[in-house]
Amino acid sequence: MVAASPAIGVLPPGRFRFSGALRAEWTKIRSVRSTAWCLLATVVAGIGIGILASASEASRWRNGGVINTLLFDPTSVSLTGLIFGQLAIGVLGVLTMSAEYGSGSIRATLAAIPRRPVVLGAKAVVFGAVALVMSEAVSFAAFFIGQAIMSGAAPTATLSGPDVLRAVIGGGLFLTVLGLFALGLATIIRHTAGSITTFVAILLILPLVDSAFPAKIGWPIGRYLPATIGAAMTSTTSQGAHADFLPSFPFWHGFALLCAYALGALVIGGVLMVRRDP
Amino acid sequence: MIEAKELTKRYGDTLAVDHLSFEVRPGQVTGFLGPNGSGKSTTMRMVMGLDRPDGGHVTVSGRRYHDLPWPLREVGGLLESKAVHPGRSAYNHLWALAQTNDIPAARVDELLELVGLAAVARKRAGKFSLGMTQRLGIAAALLGDPGVLLFDEPVNGLDPEGILWVRTLLKRLAAEGRAVFVSSHLMSEMALTADHLVVIGRGRLIADQPVAAFVAQSSRAWVRVRTPQPDPLTTALVGAGAQVHLEADGSLVVNGLAAAAIGDLAAGLGIALHELAPQAASLEEAFMELTHESVEFRAPGPGALSTIPEGRP
Repeated sequence: MVAASPAIGVLPPGRFRFSGALRAEWTKIRSVRSTAWCLLATVVAGIGIGILASASEASRWRNGGVINTLLFDPTSVSLTGLIFGQLAIGVLGVLTMSAEYGSGSIRATLAAIPRRPVVLGAKAVVFGAVALVMSEAVSFAAFFIGQAIMSGAAPTATLSGPDVLRAVIGGGLFLTVLGLFALGLATIIRHTAGSITTFVAILLILPLVDSAFPAKIGWPIGRYLPATIGAAMTSTTSQGAHADFLPSFPFWHGFALLCAYALGALVIGGVLMVRRDP
Repeated sequence: MIEAKELTKRYGDTLAVDHLSFEVRPGQVTGFLGPNGSGKSTTMRMVMGLDRPDGGHVTVSGRRYHDLPWPLREVGGLLESKAVHPGRSAYNHLWALAQTNDIPAARVDELLELVGLAAVARKRAGKFSLGMTQRLGIAAALLGDPGVLLFDEPVNGLDPEGILWVRTLLKRLAAEGRAVFVSSHLMSEMALTADHLVVIGRGRLIADQPVAAFVAQSSRAWVRVRTPQPDPLTTALVGAGAQVHLEADGSLVVNGLAAAAIGDLAAGLGIALHELAPQAASLEEAFMELTHESVEFRAPGPGALSTIPEGRP
């Protein structure tokens, strides 16, 4: 007979559950330093660059350097840093999966939970929750600090202004959903460096490439890029009457497209995870 | 209990595991032997549901791994020493695994104590020595108190004290009624721990039998005989059907006749014997002999070299 350990107790009924996988992923994400570093980088980049952009706009208004006052969007200016915060959130999303493959701990994880989609789902939920809380906090903080810096010098926005609250919440949603896209990317690629490089290329390099094309070709393609969608989601002037000035989709269209990217990457990653040996 | 039937795994054109069937029974240590690259690790990963077999199947406690309701409570595996995030503490590594299978935190503390890592439980696992990492892997394997355990080369890189600790632990786990499956490329290691052997070469089953039977079946059992009258004894032994070889030191190496029969024969002829020593082939020799044909990468022996034509420009 197998000698039972007093600490382990009797075999519980049923089988392993999603809730157990969630608790395990929560333990994992908060027990490595890289999580804290990535979140700190999100705060520093998201708020810090917003501060720089807001201060620079304030001084331009003081010096009369602003030509197109119609397009000035104080909300968007204060959220300028989010695209850089996105890099840090993306790295966290990548590491959530790729660190398991890099260290070999994926085998321990999958031995404990043989159902791959359960593991991927638990990671997506836990990372998504951490990213959402952090991203919304950074987005709101960047907005309020940015408006405070610009007040007195330039026009400022309040949350009650048209589309402003949606843009600020949208900034957090953009970071979270694109972070989930990065997690899906890492599930497909499985290597940390390769996944981060791909993510950076999609987020920052593709817009540069796109801008090299004439607007006739560049704009119809460019509005599908995550960076363009993010810029539109965090802006109040790209919508409605001013929509022609930016090659972008309306807020909800852009957000739905972003969700489709993330879901697509996660589903492809999940299918590959089931098919491939770890 | 592990049951593998016709288990097959292919990597490109290479058959890593080739229609392998075997059983690992509870209450004993089953050694899994084979030269490096013979498919041991691949087989173990298939048992653990990590690698997908291209043919055949393997069950643990009668179920496929994917269908186990609480995998860690049924099967424990030490598959490779580095299966830990270097930045995570030993405690958190085990605690995260425990949470997946509803294993209480008290069990994590109990195991850290058992493997001797309690003092460094909160330290980052990346700072651990190879031996400590191996102990952490063993703790992870034992987490769910499983009845089936797999250890892939568990003594690799351990110091003598660690090796002894692992051997004792494996025997104890088997004595508790668990099925213990241990791989090694070292026959000598298995001689000290295993009760039963599954030997493979190039992914194919070579032997599946108790350790003692494995040694006994080896053709290398022989008897060393010393006598002041080698010539008449040799004639008599050959007459009795044995093969006799005269060594440089004057002793006779006798194959095909038991020591008792040789002694009786000599006594009947009035020949004095100064030494009559049965030599069991070592497990290592038996292993080498069996796997000789199936070693994938082998340095060419003297025979291979002599085939090079001589005297050509």
